[in-house]
Amino acid sequence: MMNTSKNQEVNVPIGSIISGKWNQKQYLVLRELGSGATGTVYLAKYDHSKVAVKVSRDTLSITSEVNVLKHLSKVQGKTLGPSFIEMDDWVTSSGTVPFYVMEYVQGESLFVFMRQRKDEWFGILLLQLLGDLAELHNAGWVFGDLKPDNLLISGPPPKIRWLDVGGTTMVGRAVKEYTEFFDRGFWGMGSRRAEPSYDLFAVGMIIMNYAYPKRFDKKEGGWTQLKKLIDRNRILGKYGPILYKVFHGQYQNAIEMRQDLLELYSRKSAAKTTNTPKGKPAAQTHQQSQPGRAGRTQQKKIKKRRHFMETVLIFIFLFVFYIVYLMGQTL
Amino acid sequence: MNKGTLRQILLITDGCSNHGEDPVAIAALAREKGIAINVIGILSQNEAYGEHGLKEVEDIAMSGGGVSQIVYATQLAQTVKMVTQKAMTQTIHGMINKELTQILGDEQQMEDLPPEKRGQVMEVVDEIGETVNLEVLILVDISASMDDKLPTVQESLIDLSISLNSRTGNNQFSIYAFPGKKQSIEKLQDWTPQLDTLAKTFKKISTGGITPTGPALKEALELFSDKRSKRKLLGDYDEYVEESGS
Repeated sequence: MMNTSKNQEVNVPIGSIISGKWNQKQYLVLRELGSGATGTVYLAKYDHSKVAVKVSRDTLSITSEVNVLKHLSKVQGKTLGPSFIEMDDWVTSSGTVPFYVMEYVQGESLFVFMRQRKDEWFGILLLQLLGDLAELHNAGWVFGDLKPDNLLISGPPPKIRWLDVGGTTMVGRAVKEYTEFFDRGFWGMGSRRAEPSYDLFAVGMIIMNYAYPKRFDKKEGGWTQLKKLIDRNRILGKYGPILYKVFHGQYQNAIEMRQDLLELYSRKSAAKTTNTPKGKPAAQTHQQSQPGRAGRTQQKKIKKRRHFMETVLIFIFLFVFYIVYLMGQTL
Repeated sequence: MNKGTLRQILLITDGCSNHGEDPVAIAALAREKGIAINVIGILSQNEAYGEHGLKEVEDIAMSGGGVSQIVYATQLAQTVKMVTQKAMTQTIHGMINKELTQILGDEQQMEDLPPEKRGQVMEVVDEIGETVNLEVLILVDISASMDDKLPTVQESLIDLSISLNSRTGNNQFSIYAFPGKKQSIEKLQDWTPQLDTLAKTFKKISTGGITPTGPALKEALELFSDKRSKRKLLGDYDEYVEESGS
């Protein structure tokens, strides 16, 4: 891949002005934000606001990306990707260079953000991600190249945002761009057809990556290898059933997976509240309405205690009654 | 409606040809026949970029209207997929540019359109890339130095099949190795829509010393024309059936 990037790369020195041939707008380059397979993204200033400008020699892939960004901005309600501003051509001495301008999303990448936070934040971000994915899928698109590097936490309040939409593909087509570790085709666990379960597999691999920050190599591949890694890891234990379902493509949509995660997290907190002795029984039984071994045994205990109280009360009643009866007899 | 078929040869090699016709010339011939030639040059672990005589790799692809890439064996899977898809887009883009020039005149190409219009044309390119039928003949160099890389080659071809079969369009793959025992190339896998039964295919052949890239390419071209003429026959047959049915 190095070879193509050599061909596609356009080095824009800091301080240069990128000016558009069609719309006549000018952007002052502040610094490089990152470079990928299709081009380089720069932080730039326009008027008094900061924007991100992607520059590439590959007219085809950059045009394709702009198409996706435009479609995404049409998805109403939420901002899914960075919002698209404009596309133009920059005429330089070494030829015409196409570029596009988008919103500059400021924040930390997912794992950098997690370094200083507790585990529960990871769960919350996953829930946010799945909620956003559900909307994207409903709009007829699949993210494709889903991985921690493409997820940014902006805020406060912390909110997960998507960075690179280069892999975003219309549902039903072949996924355009992917990263092997997060790709189900690579693990021999499915096709690269753009469908919701493709993205969900990648979410599963993000959970794996969270537990194994250095990632791992493919050995035998498939569920056999992943299962071993899940069983061996402390963090992954509780995700076991969810990971099983997601790696077997058993979730039809992001909402189903989100629901399971939501239950997982609330069950955990419910178990915590039962440890405190003065919890209200009514609230407890409500929280434990989800089926689960821990919840069920707790409920049984409460029931037993109640039975005991009832019997005692009845006995006391009978006993008092009997005494009154005896006293009546003797008088 | 006829969606059309794109034809490609994917040449996987690790060095210079040293026998027979000039592969760059054969590549030019392929281009004339409407077959794109993509070349992947594989580097050994201890080799640096540019150290090896892999310039030929670029020359063949350029002359054959395809895409070339020089990589280490570990990056092969992603590269094979990327090269194939890029070449497809490139070919389609070329066809569309030709149409545009015809409609708009003045050597007008997609790049000359305003960004808005360009986006619309690109949607057509993407759409065709998704639905067009594709025939890829994979030509693998099995000369002695390739020996340790063949398992990786095999894996990446299966991976390519997964990618391409996720498209809507139909695919046909075939695999040939060179040098062959008697002829310049040897068939490992006849035309098939899916590559998943490749196990052991590469082990059948003992690897030799010469690298006859030119003759191998030339013979590979014939395999397309054979197929095409067979297709024609089949097509005629279909028409015949339709006529008799009505």
